[in-house]
Order: sequence, then structure tokens, then C-alpha cells
Amino acid sequence: MTLFDKFLRIRELGIFSIIVVFVIVAAIIDPRFMTLDSWRAVFLAIPLILVMAMGQMMVIICRHVDISIGSILAFSAIVIGLLYIQFPGLSLWLSLIITAFVGLVMGLINGFIVTRFNVHSIIVTLGTLSLYRGLVFIVSGGRQIDRNDIPEHVVSFSQTSFLFSIPGILIFSAIIVVITHLVMRHSVLGREIYATGSNPVAAHLKGINVTKVTLFCFGICGMLAGVAGLFYASRFGYVNPGVTGVGIEFIVIAGVIIGGTSITGGSGSVLGTFLGILLLGIINVALPVLNIPGEFQKAIYGLIIVVALALDQLIIYRMKKLSGGINA
Amino acid sequence: MLKTISIYLSENPTLRYWIVRPEWVAVILLIISIISSIQLSPFFADLAFIMDSATPYVEYGLIAIILTLIIISGEIDLSIASMIALTAVIFGTAYNAGLGMPISMLIALFSGTLCGLFNGILVTQLQIPSIILTIGTLTLYRGIAQSLASDFSLGGYPSWFIGIDYRYIGIIPIPVIIFTVFAIVVGFFLSSTIYGKQLYLIGTNPQTAKYSGIKVDRIKLLLFTLSGLVCGIAGVLTTSRLAVARFNMATGAELEIVLMVMLGGTYIFGGRGNIFGTFVAFWIVVILRAGLNVARIKIESQLTILGAMLIIAIILTNYIYSKSQK
Repeated sequence: MTLFDKFLRIRELGIFSIIVVFVIVAAIIDPRFMTLDSWRAVFLAIPLILVMAMGQMMVIICRHVDISIGSILAFSAIVIGLLYIQFPGLSLWLSLIITAFVGLVMGLINGFIVTRFNVHSIIVTLGTLSLYRGLVFIVSGGRQIDRNDIPEHVVSFSQTSFLFSIPGILIFSAIIVVITHLVMRHSVLGREIYATGSNPVAAHLKGINVTKVTLFCFGICGMLAGVAGLFYASRFGYVNPGVTGVGIEFIVIAGVIIGGTSITGGSGSVLGTFLGILLLGIINVALPVLNIPGEFQKAIYGLIIVVALALDQLIIYRMKKLSGGINA
Repeated sequence: MLKTISIYLSENPTLRYWIVRPEWVAVILLIISIISSIQLSPFFADLAFIMDSATPYVEYGLIAIILTLIIISGEIDLSIASMIALTAVIFGTAYNAGLGMPISMLIALFSGTLCGLFNGILVTQLQIPSIILTIGTLTLYRGIAQSLASDFSLGGYPSWFIGIDYRYIGIIPIPVIIFTVFAIVVGFFLSSTIYGKQLYLIGTNPQTAKYSGIKVDRIKLLLFTLSGLVCGIAGVLTTSRLAVARFNMATGAELEIVLMVMLGGTYIFGGRGNIFGTFVAFWIVVILRAGLNVARIKIESQLTILGAMLIIAIILTNYIYSKSQK
């Protein structure tokens, strides 16, 4: 196999070419799209979603879906916002640990119900989606955390940093992406996640503790959603119990699925998920530039999910046919 | 005591079949919620009050009944709430374009049917798992509704159309009658016709159903289409009740609709459940919501209770079926 052949077999090539074509078309229609400002907007839009997508990807590879992450984000953002009102001097590292812990607990609750009672994760997380959202309202009393409640050092986390004044959330999410890649590709645990997703029964027979692996995925997914809550508070400067994180789970799922993660579990990569999220970020910024009203964004995301699901299914069908699994 | 009962039940399978059923949980819950609500406020002893509080949920109840059929046949449709919004917005757009009421209604029902058909085709032909596909179409349909209506409220309907919930026959509002009749018809269809029995077989074992000569794909396609049609009806009913159509109406209704089906003891993996359970569960949700409103608990905080109930309902149903199957 030549190097070129190997290059063509990279699964992420499809999504990468879509991004390239999209950027070229957008740049031809309106050259404003290629300015530094647009790209700054793209890279400020994605860290929040990217961090959540890493956790969601692990869960989907493990054959589950967690749709409660938007509410987990809102809850951890409200908790940290209320803490800022009490202790404005709370350091960034401590806030990170607190939000991560809050998210971890909520993710583990999801994971526990799914593994202990063996119910489909979407139904369980549909329940916890509302449960956690209700908790957000109860804890906050329905009040919004305002811009002036959030201390300056937290807001500047999403604006600048010591490193070439690249926004801190961008650096931090890049670190999370790299760590996730290392875990998924080069650790025993990562391979066990893939094995569990490909075939839970076989994984169990092979001596993998499927329950533990599933719990781990849900826990990390919740934890990263919790961290995203801090990002949200920092990036947008407010936390509203009724608005924060509503519907964000569908954007995250869209990004993960078009990144080539198979919904039937066992396949998917960090690079693909990153490209998927990048494409969504580019679309998000390109719509106003291309004079497409913002109302169309949700429909476009929805269409992307459905098309990606159909393509994924066609790929699976073809692979089965090639390996003789289907007597067509 | 408990042990002697369980031994006695295990010796009488027929009796056990009738007693260890999740629908009884729904009935008991209903009785508990009525009693505790009457403690809360004397209004609950008034049938007219309960009937009035039921009307906003009739739209969800209609869909819950169709969703029961879909879940019994082993699939699920989560795009229901978005289909309500989309058909309502299409209805409003068509009427405001000057198409007249009957044609606008037809267009709304037709578009709902089309949405359901789209779900059905993707599920049966491409074999995409319905639970994840309908998450996708949920976003898609809501997005199309938003693209059509943007942030406007589509209103301006004639006065005879507005306020179906204020029309009564006796003390019973018309929507409740529609719901009850629909529940009885579908319940009869499910329990007493060959097609109903086929649904149970499909849900229990699709492979066996296929080899027994049941047209599994065609029936599933029909169910999804029917779900779309009923969502269209619900969309028009909601528009009549609210007098406007908006893209964000029925947001989060998935939760309540799925909750009605799950509380009613329908088995999430398919093959078991009935309309009676869903019908009782509808009234549980109505009384619960009305009770929480009377107790002045914020609408948003009520989500916690509904979410927790959904999870408990699923766990309980699974537990009871695992006991009754032994």
C-alpha cells in the first residue's frame, strides 16, 4: 500500500474535504469570510462545544447517548455563578475543580441509572435533562447571574492569556482534546471503550468490566459538560436558568456524528469529532456572512444530523455486504 | 405475609398475570394523586375543575396514545413535539397567506403526515435506529418551523376557530371528548383486532414476526406516518387553544408525552403495554400538574418532579415485568 493509498483511506478525509470546499465557496461568495475576525469568531465559538463533544464522543462510542449535557452545563454554570456572588475572589483553578466535580457527579448519576437498570440512555437522560433543568431553577430561584457578578479574572479567561494572548478557553480545550486523543488511542482504558461499544457481550466475555467502562464514559461526559459551564460563564458573562445550554446537546451530537462517530458504537475518532465541530463553527460564522438568516441555523444543523445518520448507515450496510454479512 | 402472597401467586399464573401488572401502579398513583390533591385544595373534588385543567394536555394525550403503539412495536418517536410546532406554524403561514381555513387545515395535516412518513422511511428503509433518528428530525423540524415563522406569532384566525377548549358538551370540554373517544377506538383496535396483536408480536420479536408473514416494515411505516398525522391534528388544536402559532410551542413536550406512555406501564423495549395504562397516566399527569400549580410551585421547578417520575416509572415498569415474567 503506497502512502497515497493510505491517505485516501483516512476516515476523516470526507469531512475534511467538506470543510475545505465550504470555506472556499464561502470565501468566493464573500471575501470578508477570510478575515482574521471571522476566524477569531470561529475559534471563540467552538471551545465550549468541543469540550462537551469530547465527552459525548466517548459516550457514543460506548453505544450510549447523553442528551442531558445542556442541563448539566447550566447547573454547573449556575453553581459557579452563585459561588462568585459569595466569593468574588474564587480562583480560576478552584472554579475549574468545582465545576468539573459538579458535572462528574451528575454524569455518574446518569451512568448509574443506565448501567444499574439497563434502560436506554436516551430515555434516562431525557428524564435527567428535565430533572437537572428543574434543579437549575430551584437552586437559582429563577434569577439570572449578571455580568457584574462574574469576576474580571474569569471573564478574561475567554479573552486573553499569557500565551500570545490566545484566549485561555481555547488553550484549555486544546489540552482536553489532546488528552482525550491519548486516552482513546494509546491507553488500555481507551481501547476498552472501543471494545465495549463494538460488542458489549464480547467485551464482557473478554474480561472487560463493561459497567465500569460505561460509568467512566458518562462520568467524563458530565465532567466536561460541567467544565463547559465555567467556559459559558466566562465567555458570555451571564448565566440565565432558562436559556443557558438549552438545545446545545443537539449541536454537540450533530458535531460528533458528522465527525464520523458511528451511532451503533465502537468507531469514531477525536480528530473526526474536532473536524465535525469545526465545520459547525464555520457554518455558524459563515451564515451571516452569506446573508442567510440566523433562523435557518437550527434547520441546517438538523439536516446535517439526519444526512450524517443516513450516510453512516449506508457505510455500515456496505461494509457488512463486503464482509458477506448480508445476503443481498 | 408477603412471602405467602408471592408463593400463592407463583402457584396461580393466571392470577399473577392479572395482579402483577404495571397498569395497577398507574391506577394506584392516580388514586394517591387525587387524594393528596383534595387535601391540598377543595377544588380538586370538583370534576369541572379537573376537566378544565385537562384541556391543555389533550394534545399531548392524543400523541401519547399513538406513541404507545409505536413503543409497543419496538420503536420510538421523539420528534413529536417538534412536529406539533412545525404543523402549527405551517397552518398559520398557510392561513395568513390567504388560503382559507379548510385548505390550511388540510395542509397542516398533510405536512404532519409527510414529516411522519419521512421518519418512517428512514427508519424502515435505511434501518437507522429510531431513537437517534428522531433526535435528528426533532432538531430538523423545529429548525424548519423557526425558519418559516422566525420569531413572529402567527395569529388572526376567525373567532369560531379560536378557543376549542371553551366549548363544552355538558361540563366536559370538547378536546377531552375527542381524547376519550380516540383512546377508546385505538384501545379497541389494539386489544381486539388482529392488527393490534401483530404490533405486540413485532415488538416482542421482529424476526419471528417477519417470518410469520407480518409486513413489519409496512406496519412501522404506517405507525410513524400516523404519528405525524396526529401531531398535525394536535398542532391545529394547539393553535386553536392559544390563538397563535409560534415555532417554540410545545417545547419539551417530549418529556410529558413519553412520561404518559411510561407511567402507563408500556415496556420501553417493546411488546408489552396497553392504551388503558396510557389513558390513566394522562390523568395522573393532568392532576399532578394542576396540583403543583395550585401548590404554587414554579412551572420550571416542576420539571424536576416530572423528570424524576419518568426515571422512576421506567425502573418500576422494568422491575414489575421482570417479576411477572419468571
